[in-house]
Amino acid sequence: MSNEATLHSQESLHHGHDDHGHGHDGHDHHHEETFISKYVFSMDHKMIAKQFLITGIIWAIIGAFFSVLFRLQLGFPDATFPWLESILGHWAEGGRITPEAYYALVTMHGTILVFFVLTAGLSGTFSNLLIPLQVGARDMASPFMNMLSYWFFFTASLVMMSSLFVQTGPASGGWTSYPPLSALGDASIGSKIGMDLWLISMALFVVSSLLGSLNYISTILNMRTKGMSMTKMPLTIWSFLFTAVLGVLSFPVLLSGFVLLLFDRHGGTSFYLSELFVQGKVLPNEGGSAILYQHLFWFLGHPEVYIIILPAMGMVSEILAVNSRKPIFGYLAMVGSMFAITVLAFLVWAHHMFVTGLNPFLGAFFVLLTLLIAVPSAIKVFNWITTIWRGNIRFTPASLFSIGFVSTFISGGLTGIWLGNSAIDIHLHDTYFVIAHFHIVMGVSAFFGMFAGVYHWFPKMYGRYMNQTLGFIHFWITLVGAYLIFWPMHYQGMAGMPRRYFDYSNWASFNQFEGLNAFISFVVIIVFATQLLFVFNFFYSIFKGRKLTTTNPWAATTLEWTTPINPGHGNWPGEIPEVHRWAYDYSKDGKDFIPQTVPVSPDESGH
Amino acid sequence: MSGYLAVIVVVLIFVVIFQIAKASEYVSILKGEKKAREQSNRINGFLMIVFLVLGLIGVWYCHDLMDDSMLGEPASDHGVGVDGLIKVTFIITMIVFVLTQIALFVFAWKYQEKDGRKAFFYPHNNKLEVIWTVIPAIVLTVLVAFGIRHWLRMTSDAPKESMIVEVTGKQFNWIVRYPGKDGQLGRRNFKLTNDSNNPVGQDWADSLNHDDVIAPDLHVVVGKPVKLIIGSRDVVHDVGLPHFRLKMDAVPGIPTTLWFTPTITTAEYRKRTGNPDFVYELACDQMCGNGHYSMKANIIVETQEEYDKWLATQVTQYSQAHPAPEAAPAAPAVPADSTKAVAALTK
Ligand code: HEM
Ligand SMILES: [Cu+2]
Ligand SMILES: [Cu+2]
Repeated sequence: MSNEATLHSQESLHHGHDDHGHGHDGHDHHHEETFISKYVFSMDHKMIAKQFLITGIIWAIIGAFFSVLFRLQLGFPDATFPWLESILGHWAEGGRITPEAYYALVTMHGTILVFFVLTAGLSGTFSNLLIPLQVGARDMASPFMNMLSYWFFFTASLVMMSSLFVQTGPASGGWTSYPPLSALGDASIGSKIGMDLWLISMALFVVSSLLGSLNYISTILNMRTKGMSMTKMPLTIWSFLFTAVLGVLSFPVLLSGFVLLLFDRHGGTSFYLSELFVQGKVLPNEGGSAILYQHLFWFLGHPEVYIIILPAMGMVSEILAVNSRKPIFGYLAMVGSMFAITVLAFLVWAHHMFVTGLNPFLGAFFVLLTLLIAVPSAIKVFNWITTIWRGNIRFTPASLFSIGFVSTFISGGLTGIWLGNSAIDIHLHDTYFVIAHFHIVMGVSAFFGMFAGVYHWFPKMYGRYMNQTLGFIHFWITLVGAYLIFWPMHYQGMAGMPRRYFDYSNWASFNQFEGLNAFISFVVIIVFATQLLFVFNFFYSIFKGRKLTTTNPWAATTLEWTTPINPGHGNWPGEIPEVHRWAYDYSKDGKDFIPQTVPVSPDESGH
Repeated sequence: MSGYLAVIVVVLIFVVIFQIAKASEYVSILKGEKKAREQSNRINGFLMIVFLVLGLIGVWYCHDLMDDSMLGEPASDHGVGVDGLIKVTFIITMIVFVLTQIALFVFAWKYQEKDGRKAFFYPHNNKLEVIWTVIPAIVLTVLVAFGIRHWLRMTSDAPKESMIVEVTGKQFNWIVRYPGKDGQLGRRNFKLTNDSNNPVGQDWADSLNHDDVIAPDLHVVVGKPVKLIIGSRDVVHDVGLPHFRLKMDAVPGIPTTLWFTPTITTAEYRKRTGNPDFVYELACDQMCGNGHYSMKANIIVETQEEYDKWLATQVTQYSQAHPAPEAAPAAPAVPADSTKAVAALTK
């Protein structure tokens, strides 16, 4: 038997008793699909999800590669890498990255990963894929708006990408782009045309995000199938709902901040500018407040971190329940804590601004509210741990990444308690401690949630499995690597080592970390290579992965697994199934699982 | 050449890993899905425990290893409080960290899928959930209380006897202005700024400016509270004082303040650390452009006599901006009646 044949040998075995897998085409409205309408300007939520995912993966590779480049500088400040000059040209003259290039790379890394990968790539992919499938809808409330949402994102991507190639380089003031640095082309080369492109791209991105979020909210609220009351929804859907609400309420504020910045740059206004002397010239601006921008930015910026983490939380909850063969522990507490996080997320933004000269009394309130948000986070962690307790856990790549998610979320969440206390933040602000905190709690955790989601729902997306062994290797190297990279950074931060420094060798206070920096950079390269393994596995499996032989490979209760293996536009070939129970009847009454579509029988025990 | 070699090696490793992965997929199909899952469950379950144990050892080892690289004792009274708070928070979060990580990985290992094991249908338990809502809430309240108390102490008004020093950030260095004998800083007007003789835009019409001294480094007196008046000429910077555990942004147009009492002189710190080259450094902690990483000033903590001696050697900015053609060079005190003439000059 050839390998290929081995791989698909079981297909024939299953044909007999697989009643909804094959055979149906899954198309209820029969119209001709052209290549363009099917793969490019698609209005099918599943195709749009794939578009978001693949665009996100491409951005993730670029963003992560940038971090490899600037880690080379941090780890090996004295070494030269001639190949750098051949890709970056005069930005890496003689094989050493220039400060200008370093700051551009750092800025693009942050922007790309926070917005393009972990917002669009994560929420865009899974909200689109799962909302209609799990609430039982044929598509989004407005498939057209949904398509626009992707294409606005695509346009934003093109503009951001183009900024990499302009002569003065892309934006380089950090992903937060504080003015006046970002407002004045004379203050930094990255604040010339690169900054305009950054702002335009981000404005397009905000539009994309709003179109998407409004759609998610209306679909969840209005298009649930019969019997799917709000409290029967899987936690994934709740998390997408809260994410979308956060986005709709906070992204417009960010946009207003950007518009004012554009006015300051080109309209001669002074929203953020006051009393400046730049490049030997006194500027005429008076009366503006540079701090105003920070308020507008963080009013989105803080909710943004939850926009990134909530979908991951939802997917992890779902995947842990499925693979532990147990209901998620404390469903209502999980919903309640997500609700609490959503509300509190709007009330803590100034914890990023404790040392801006903020009124100390006001600062005290933000300390209180910030530490308050740790309570719902703690509840979620305890509930996840209790979910796997006395389970019967199957280790799939998805469940491994979910367990990894809980681990990193704990580690990073706990350091939030340090930073949320302004009296500690006054020492740790803008040091590597903050880098460690948010990379672990947001960067790594959200990526773990995303990986878990991709491994888990890949069969739904492509009708094939990803290779498990590669998934296991991917998980273990990434988990270990992530801790090796970010854990020691806490210590650098406690030693006061500032973030966003190109070189530490002239600092008596910080140059003791030379060896550690080299070690971290070394691990970064290994972890990056491992991610390429995942990318390869992903694309290879789309075409060559083991084919699904059953519609419900993980024996899960939720509706997406009642659709055919390769569902067409419209998802269910016949009627949309009716829902009778919540999504977490695993191991109830001695049954391994009871799908949501099964009516509650009279002798069933309650819970 | 070696670059190509490295690429080839990496690609080869990839190919090998991929072939192994592919082969194991075939094997698992031949063996049957259930058998294969049993095996991978065993391996991953075992790795859970290995990761937990090595991870906890690693955490301890890292702590040990980093001990020498940490900042020494705090050099300000506020810093002592910050360190105390960090210590309490460290202990509490470390306990939670260890317990939850142990629970997570031990459960994952212990409850891995086995033949005959039945998962326990356990959808909720209100009592448990209340307990683990209330306990974190109480612990956090305690931390908030300690934190806010120290925060309000640090950010309270500076004591009246504080000396005043002005720190101004610019791309990419610090300008420190001392009030001179009168103890008061003169007025500023950013429109008067120029790099040749008036870096912070002192208004010479204000006679308080006449004895003000400008220097690149920050001199402070041990045991004497100092109030920093912080500002910026161009973009946002941040006065970072790692040894004093303090930090405050320098924002153009909006002055900020920060006060503390230095407790250890530079000389004493050198003695205690056994490092004759030790210096306190002032680091910029807010991204301010391409030279951000080099934006440094030294801080010299000294006794009152040393400070007075040092100040006496400094030339006022006023006299630098108004070189008297034949008068005595660099007279620190300027006669009051010259104010008007100067005011006319700057018009
Ligand atoms: C346990 C609750 C948490 C608390 C109390 C907390 C607190 C804080 C504080 C006070 C800062 C500001 C530090 C500084 O700049 O000096 C911060 C930074 C940050 N946090 Fe958290 N955090 C928590 C959880 C999270 C979560 C869940 C995420 C993301 C998923 C997150 C993402 C971030 C990011 C991205 C930054 C840095 C932004 C930047 O300056 O570039 N945090 N956190
Ligand atoms: Cu925040
Ligand atoms: Cu700076």
